[in-house]
Amino acid sequence: MRRVTRIAASGIASAALALSVAACGSTSEQKAQDDASSSASGAKGGVKVGVAYDVGGRGDHSFNDSAARGIDKAKKQFGGSVKELTAKTTDTEADRLDRLSQLAQAGYNPVVGIGYAYANSMKQAAAKFPNTTFGIVDSSVDAKNVDSIVFTEAESSYLGGVAAALKTKSDQVGFIGGVDVPLIKKFQAGYVQGVHDTNPKIKVDVQYLSHGSDTSGFASPDKGKAAAQGMLDKGADVIFAAAGSSGSGSIEAVHGKKGAWAIGVDSDQYNQPSLSQYKSSILTSVVKNVDVGVYDLVKSVHDKKPLTGTNTYSLAKDGVSLTYSGGYIDDIKSKIDAAKQSIIDGKVKVKTTP
Amino acid sequence: MNKLTARIDKERLLLALAAPVLAVVAALVVTALVILATGKNPFEAFNDMLSYGSASDSQIYILNKATTYYLAGVAVAVGFRMNLFNIGVDGQYRIAAFFAAVVGGALHLPGPLQIIVVILVAMVVGAMWSGIAGILKTSRGVSEVISTIMLNSIATAVIAYLLQPDKLGQLDDAGTLVSTKSLPKSSWFFTFNAGPAGELWGFIVIAALVGVAYWFVLGRTRFGFDLRAVGRSESAAEASGVGVKKMVVTSMVISGAVAGLVGMPTLLNDSHAFSNDFPLGVGFTGIAIALLGRNNPVGIAIASLLWGYLERTTGHLELIGYDKEILGVIQGVIVLCVVIAYELVRRFGLRRQQQRVGAELAAQAAATATDEKLEVAR
Repeated sequence: MRRVTRIAASGIASAALALSVAACGSTSEQKAQDDASSSASGAKGGVKVGVAYDVGGRGDHSFNDSAARGIDKAKKQFGGSVKELTAKTTDTEADRLDRLSQLAQAGYNPVVGIGYAYANSMKQAAAKFPNTTFGIVDSSVDAKNVDSIVFTEAESSYLGGVAAALKTKSDQVGFIGGVDVPLIKKFQAGYVQGVHDTNPKIKVDVQYLSHGSDTSGFASPDKGKAAAQGMLDKGADVIFAAAGSSGSGSIEAVHGKKGAWAIGVDSDQYNQPSLSQYKSSILTSVVKNVDVGVYDLVKSVHDKKPLTGTNTYSLAKDGVSLTYSGGYIDDIKSKIDAAKQSIIDGKVKVKTTP
Repeated sequence: MNKLTARIDKERLLLALAAPVLAVVAALVVTALVILATGKNPFEAFNDMLSYGSASDSQIYILNKATTYYLAGVAVAVGFRMNLFNIGVDGQYRIAAFFAAVVGGALHLPGPLQIIVVILVAMVVGAMWSGIAGILKTSRGVSEVISTIMLNSIATAVIAYLLQPDKLGQLDDAGTLVSTKSLPKSSWFFTFNAGPAGELWGFIVIAALVGVAYWFVLGRTRFGFDLRAVGRSESAAEASGVGVKKMVVTSMVISGAVAGLVGMPTLLNDSHAFSNDFPLGVGFTGIAIALLGRNNPVGIAIASLLWGYLERTTGHLELIGYDKEILGVIQGVIVLCVVIAYELVRRFGLRRQQQRVGAELAAQAAATATDEKLEVAR
């Protein structure tokens, strides 16, 4: 008897739950519209930029922060307002779609997804909000209202490889990748090709700090330091680390060995205040101007000429580049420029997979 | 006598309800203080959570999220009931979902059959992965806490190795996202269409069935009794003829099989492929949910709904200007409060019981004393 009542109770409970779903008519969209109509005199002038960051968000001293720089620059120039949401590791496609939809629904335009994880969800969001301009970094989405901001990381890494090959004395150089995801493998592919095209005899050590969904390799300076130390001990004297904030550990280790050089990544690390004590060891940096891509998108929307389609920030357009801060590679500039020119002319095809 | 049992039952019920209510109230107070400390109005935040969480699309979202969390909670609870701490649900569901996605992408069976195959593959892989920890424990005495957490890392590495463009993965057009081959459309799981509110994942039905099975097997079968007996006292169970080693391996395997289901709602209802952005860390969420739900099938359901509700509503809080870290604070505080509240209520109940027994004994003693006095007086 007791069992029957219990089953009945659970049945009623679940039915009630189902009913409440059906009965509670208004969606958050409608509620938001109600709210919006009551407070229509919201932001005046400027663009309302919605940003959906990757895991880590603003303040990760790496990828997300470089996008944030572009956002900040745009806000300074055009005014308006910025809304930032951040991804969680437990996110599903539904969560990402939800995040983009929330921003679009609240009237933010453009809505920028930072990182390739937003690719699939942005496709759906773009269809759902055809009047909003979306932007995605590091991936391409085939939709009329999406600006796909992609970079030719392999090309700039190739130049980094050329510089490394010309500067090494031991004929042995190293590459440290944060996580073995395809994006970082582009850096590896370009770098290794650049080294070997310059001098086929040079040995390149390759090491990744973490694998697959374990993204700790992007945020573990200790791992970066240990990996770099291992390479230095084995005889490498130029080390390129494409590993987010782990790269600072690698630079620290390189600084400890006389005559060894570190190659920085993403932004000009020679000028980074937190690395100023090691700047004498930073040969150059393989720069990826995520901020420029994001800024361009916001500007285009502000100018009422929104960018769409795939916008490739290539070597030719200075979307990626090699820095000369410190002047350590000024002596080989002619050779690097020659390599750069042959990439731009299409004489050298840089591989994107190792 | 009848009256007495009725009274005790009521008190027990009150005590059982007191703990979660106490915990939620305490969590609300602490959260309010935290929001106040950031210089914002907590009541506005709670108000927004209430109104946003009750929107129909929010409810669909919460139910979808809760489906995954419920399975994770049950997977962990199976181990808990027998005093096994399966921290490895996280690795188990990911490796299970990965192989299920690979098999699902490669096969082209008729729809329903393929769905069954995909789900079975997931359960078997999850079971095998957790079975390793079970066998290590029984044959070598390795603590399952250590082995499962290490197996998590190994699962991550195995998936990373196999999910590569030249192995079992494929690159997207932009060359940044690797995923397994998508499941054919015929083998997507059904959904309930709720109009503008979105789609309710059909896998919620499976999750409910798992809950019923959990309740039935643990509460109504001899196997369940043995399992709980081992959880209470291994030596006592052994003495009464339960094969403890066999039970350890079996319950680990069951826990892993349920863990294998955790990735299925996402795979069959949402992403239809395993890519390098597949949800991560749901196994750990499952631990919190099993704790919160006190390993009870209904309790776990409530806990997973609460978790989904919090994620949904705090996501919106971020949009209206509160800090995104609020979610972590609320969740952490709730789990802590629940653990503390249950312990407090348990002690309070114990003391009440002692007092009552003491009072009854005293009354008895007094009664006999007066009897004696009366006798003496006579």
